[in-house]
Amino acid sequence: MTRAPRRRPYGVKSAPYAFLVPATVLFLLFFALPIGYALYLSFRRTEVKGLGLGKGARDEIWAGLANYTDALSDSELLHGALRILGYGAIVVPVMLGLALLFALLLDTEQVRLRGFTRLAIFLPYAIPGVIAALMWGFLYLPDVSPFLYLADRVGLPQPDLLDGGPLYLSLANIAVWGGTGFNMIVIYTSLRAIPVEIFEAARLDGCSQLQIALRIKIPMVAPSLILTFFFSIIATLQVFSEPTTLKPLTNSLSTTWSPLMKVYQDAFVNNDIYAAAAQAVIIALATLALSFGFLKAANSRTKQGDSR
Amino acid sequence: MKYRTVAVTTAATLAATALLTGCGSSDDTGDEQAASGPASLTYWAWAPGLDKVADIWNKGPGKEAGITVTVKKQASGDDLVTKIITAAKANKAPDLVQAEYQTLPTLVSNDVLADISEEAGDAKSQFADGIWQQTTLGSDALYALPQDSGPLMFYYRQDLFKQYGLTVPTTWEEFAETARALKKKAPDKDLTTFSSNDSGLFAGLSQQAGAKWWTTGDDKWKVAIDDPATQKVADFWGGLVKEGAIDNQPMYTPAWNKALNTGKQVAWVSAVWAPGTLTTAAPETKGKWAMAPLPQWTAGENVTGSWGGSSTAVTNDSKNKKAAATFAKWLNTDPAALAALVKEGGIYPAATAAQTGGALSQAPDYFSNQPDFYTEAAKIAQGTAPASWGPNVNVAYTAFKDNFAQAAKNKSDFGTALTAMQDATVSDLKKQGFGVSE
Repeated sequence: MTRAPRRRPYGVKSAPYAFLVPATVLFLLFFALPIGYALYLSFRRTEVKGLGLGKGARDEIWAGLANYTDALSDSELLHGALRILGYGAIVVPVMLGLALLFALLLDTEQVRLRGFTRLAIFLPYAIPGVIAALMWGFLYLPDVSPFLYLADRVGLPQPDLLDGGPLYLSLANIAVWGGTGFNMIVIYTSLRAIPVEIFEAARLDGCSQLQIALRIKIPMVAPSLILTFFFSIIATLQVFSEPTTLKPLTNSLSTTWSPLMKVYQDAFVNNDIYAAAAQAVIIALATLALSFGFLKAANSRTKQGDSR
Repeated sequence: MKYRTVAVTTAATLAATALLTGCGSSDDTGDEQAASGPASLTYWAWAPGLDKVADIWNKGPGKEAGITVTVKKQASGDDLVTKIITAAKANKAPDLVQAEYQTLPTLVSNDVLADISEEAGDAKSQFADGIWQQTTLGSDALYALPQDSGPLMFYYRQDLFKQYGLTVPTTWEEFAETARALKKKAPDKDLTTFSSNDSGLFAGLSQQAGAKWWTTGDDKWKVAIDDPATQKVADFWGGLVKEGAIDNQPMYTPAWNKALNTGKQVAWVSAVWAPGTLTTAAPETKGKWAMAPLPQWTAGENVTGSWGGSSTAVTNDSKNKKAAATFAKWLNTDPAALAALVKEGGIYPAATAAQTGGALSQAPDYFSNQPDFYTEAAKIAQGTAPASWGPNVNVAYTAFKDNFAQAAKNKSDFGTALTAMQDATVSDLKKQGFGVSE
């Protein structure tokens, strides 16, 4: 009996590419193309002649790097970046610290009502950011805030929660309230994945619960911590809906409070999509540099740890 | 892991695509309809009840003329301007748009609006000059027909004014005295607030003082936001905020609603549409408010500014410009249409004849204690000062919000904020390449 004819080699070779086609097409159409278009727009601008009224008074022309130099020399964008750095310095440590603490507490053996507690802590994450910001906005506003009412009753000072330093805490609080649950679930899941034998061994060696947590659990969930940190940095750099929702309630939040708010303002209020495109590109690059810089630093540290 | 990422990405992309096409198709239907009938028009608007007014047209005069109008509800304000300009770039703008007066130069400058002076220019006599001139931009063209207007007035709590022995101010000087007198008698109350979150009110107050923020001459724009008239207005309000005679918190917040509802703020400088806002913001004080003319800079005068107001414009993309102009004219001058606009949309018509009698013969429910509300309003509206808008009102308004928010918060000099607003506006015009005269 003769052997079945061998398949033609290119059929096998091309199969992976065929499988890749849908994803590649979608990637090109809905990711690469829009980004490319935004890049193109960021090098353009409109040129108006005279009064700019009527037909043919407005042309789109090549702008070179003008939009980029404008964006980089615009102090508002820089100030926005500094503001969200301050905001991130509060949000990220507090949120991740709480998430880790809750995850560790849930993972201890004595805990009761574990499922319920987990759900209760996670629930705020299911509430849309805008709704959360609105709700907290009501709670912060003097005259309608129950906190300030209680403070007034007890005779405590009533700080303006939507101004100056407290404003950062108020904004950070919304993010922490909404994000802790999600990060806790990520860390908790990776805690549950640690083999039980390790804990048994530790206990036989005389480790207390606290020591197990500090010396075994935390180092072993380090990768999840890095991941949640990575997500949190990106979320911080992209903060938009909370300050935008709170903006009408106070004089202290400008229309360009965060960099993304400035992009929105330029694109949809001032009608200058070209400047907005350039700023968006700069923000994307900064985000990329920051987050991957962090990942790289974290990876090299983990590798060092491994080789030790 | 990799595969899963791809699968998730694909699913997300597909979902996004579905969303996009979902949005797209809803816009397309308008065009299909436009192609099917003799003249089928789409109309982007936000005023409530406009669809019902369009129904009257579709069943009556529109049926005879073979023109059907479909109203598509849109967001108002800056969002809509961006939306219309974007649609026009794709040559997909609707036939008709509702546009606020201050957005007309921006829309014209983006070549969105058609000149309908031939079709509707004869309607001029039905509107006050100050309003008509906003739709011509001072040229021979006509870019829209006025729909509603918002003359500024003074609203106050009648009962509290009596309780604290205050008299209704007729000049701004008296207004300041009233604010101080109230502060003395009831330190926890404010006459009103200076709000930085609606630039329209400040623009109206400046118009009353005689400001003309944008003017043209010699093929160039002249920006005069920091002219003496506006300076005067800014200094006046800045002074009141600085000495603590009035509040400095923004309007339209839950706290503001509460302040109106509980009588913490006893007056509000607002426009003719205030009854609608008060109905929702301060429902418990119904019947306790009264309306009076806006305080004057010179005693005995009758001048007011405008806050808000919109027009009906025809776009260059419309394939039936003539039909669209016919509808726009009917909508804003026909007594039946205007009566329906008042009843269904709660607007204050720009057409002079419709401002008294008809649907406006009765005071708004909230002001049932002031039966001659609209008779008074019509008298005030006669003194509406002309407004002059430029092609970057959006930029000026943003600059107002940011700079005056800072100034109000810090109780610092409003003049500095005004200069910043002027500078931002001029530099934006220059950046875009407009001719600007210094």
